[in-house]
Amino acid sequence: MERKLLTKDSYRSLITKLIGQNYQVVAPVKKDTMIDFLKISSFDEITEDYIVTVSSAKTVAFPRNEKLFDYEKQNKKLTQQDYDFDSIPQSVLIGVRPCDAFGFHSLSSIFCWDSIDKIYTTRLERTTIIGLSCNKSDDYCFCTSTKGSPGSTAGSDILLTKMTDGNYIVEIVTEKGAKLVADFSDLFTADGGVDKESLLAKVAANFNVDDVLAKINSKFEDEAFWTEQAMRCIGCGACAYVCPTCACFDIQDESHGGKGHRVRCWESCGLSLFTLHTSGHNPRENQGQRWRQRLMHKFSYMPDRLNTIGCVGCGRCSRACPVDMNIAEHCMSIIEN
Amino acid sequence: MNNLQQKAQQLLESGNYGLIVGYEKGTSGKARPVFIRKAEHASKLIFDESCDQNIAVYLYRQEIKHDKKKVIVANHHTLKSIVELAAENQVFDGDFMVLAFAGNGDIIELNTFEEIEKHVATLYHGLTEAEAAMMKKIEDMSLEDRWAFWENEFSKCIKCYACRASCPMCYCPTCTVEINQPQWISVPSHTLGNLEWHVMRAMHLAGRCVTCGQCGKACPLELPIQLLTYKVALDSKQFFDSVAGTSICADNALAIFKPEDHENFIR
Repeated sequence: MERKLLTKDSYRSLITKLIGQNYQVVAPVKKDTMIDFLKISSFDEITEDYIVTVSSAKTVAFPRNEKLFDYEKQNKKLTQQDYDFDSIPQSVLIGVRPCDAFGFHSLSSIFCWDSIDKIYTTRLERTTIIGLSCNKSDDYCFCTSTKGSPGSTAGSDILLTKMTDGNYIVEIVTEKGAKLVADFSDLFTADGGVDKESLLAKVAANFNVDDVLAKINSKFEDEAFWTEQAMRCIGCGACAYVCPTCACFDIQDESHGGKGHRVRCWESCGLSLFTLHTSGHNPRENQGQRWRQRLMHKFSYMPDRLNTIGCVGCGRCSRACPVDMNIAEHCMSIIEN
Repeated sequence: MNNLQQKAQQLLESGNYGLIVGYEKGTSGKARPVFIRKAEHASKLIFDESCDQNIAVYLYRQEIKHDKKKVIVANHHTLKSIVELAAENQVFDGDFMVLAFAGNGDIIELNTFEEIEKHVATLYHGLTEAEAAMMKKIEDMSLEDRWAFWENEFSKCIKCYACRASCPMCYCPTCTVEINQPQWISVPSHTLGNLEWHVMRAMHLAGRCVTCGQCGKACPLELPIQLLTYKVALDSKQFFDSVAGTSICADNALAIFKPEDHENFIR
């Protein structure tokens, strides 16, 4: 893989130039008490003081609300204004951790499964992902258990790794990444050959996801197991909403008088309305069944049908969980029970 | 083994009790709820200042609601919620035993609602200094600044409903947000819909919020939404002398009418 060097000053110039050229630049920003991906208007808004952001990078391609079309009814005549694809900006997403970047692979496998979701794919096509290797981790991180690593290039167009002098090793991963480097070629210099591995966080692999994949189907009918696993779960949607690979959505019409729009918004298998039928029947009527759905989806359905694991080991769900449902622990319980 | 663990072990070994809902050390040493069914697991139990989560929410959980051999390890938030849930007939006298703690750390067994109510009367019911300071900061804002403050906060809400799920008083099997005929509250998480949701929730908790702050603690985006329900709790006290979580009789402000109630807010 081609490597270059980007000094911290050149990094600032790159971002400043991108903003100047009307790219939508989205980066980790400290807002109030949290660090999250937000659109920036100046390089100084960026922070690198995070393990992972609260929300995942998926919001760039799969925002929490996506207006699909507008409609208006007047004198029994319905007019519809379709989705405006021109409104999707050319974006550069920076500071994306390798787990998050790989999340797009899982997410795309869902949005491009049987029919291609044009809104999602267009958003992603118009986004260049500049990853940032992890130089620190916490107790929630487990990417190395799910085939990832703190310096994995998979999913990024360019991956930056910060060196001790504050400059960055640049790995050019995709054609899109190569184009960006070519567009600003004066900012990138020859690679100094610094050992990347020594700069990365050490994340212990506490389990092997293949063992979860091999075991989970046999646990499907063990209701007592799932009930006990989910006892602590209070049934909110925090885990799914911060997850880089959770793709479930709801379709809602929001109208005022004769005018309105249709919105795609996030949905979660943790919530009690999930899969509730109009008849009143719900095939997943208790939290144990809903928690099973969450884990089966990630570690059985997605591997079986989409040939990808639905979990990148970022640990966001566990950090966001009000009751500390630590998904890595639950994976280990599946292996051990 | 400490006192709590020994007590839990004895209770489970006696056969009179089959489940202890309490706290254990979770990820990064943070306290989290735990369900202990075997005496040999009693050593997992902890109780220290990190155990500030209100776990009364588990008492009416479907899987254990009808289990009459359960024990709950209760901090002061949980105790107050139990009193309020008792007042609202969501938990029933004799369905569980409470293990509370005296100021010196001694374990107190509370077996009836009357005993719980009496113990709760000895606890402090106001806001903490930090919470009161936050309330004051917002109350001192101009109307415009306060609107801007909440608009900014609500813009971040992802409507995961962790606030609702973690609140012991949010026990409705079907919440207003889940009703779509008519659709009272927007489902998508935009600023306006988020405002509708949080204000609606605060109003539904008027006179019922025990000011445990669990909704705010549960929020993954750290929205200080507990301040909304605190405000209605303070108003309930000021205007109706009603403090949730103090009485096992259903006498909260919105549940009863007193001839002497203030009506000056009706314009």
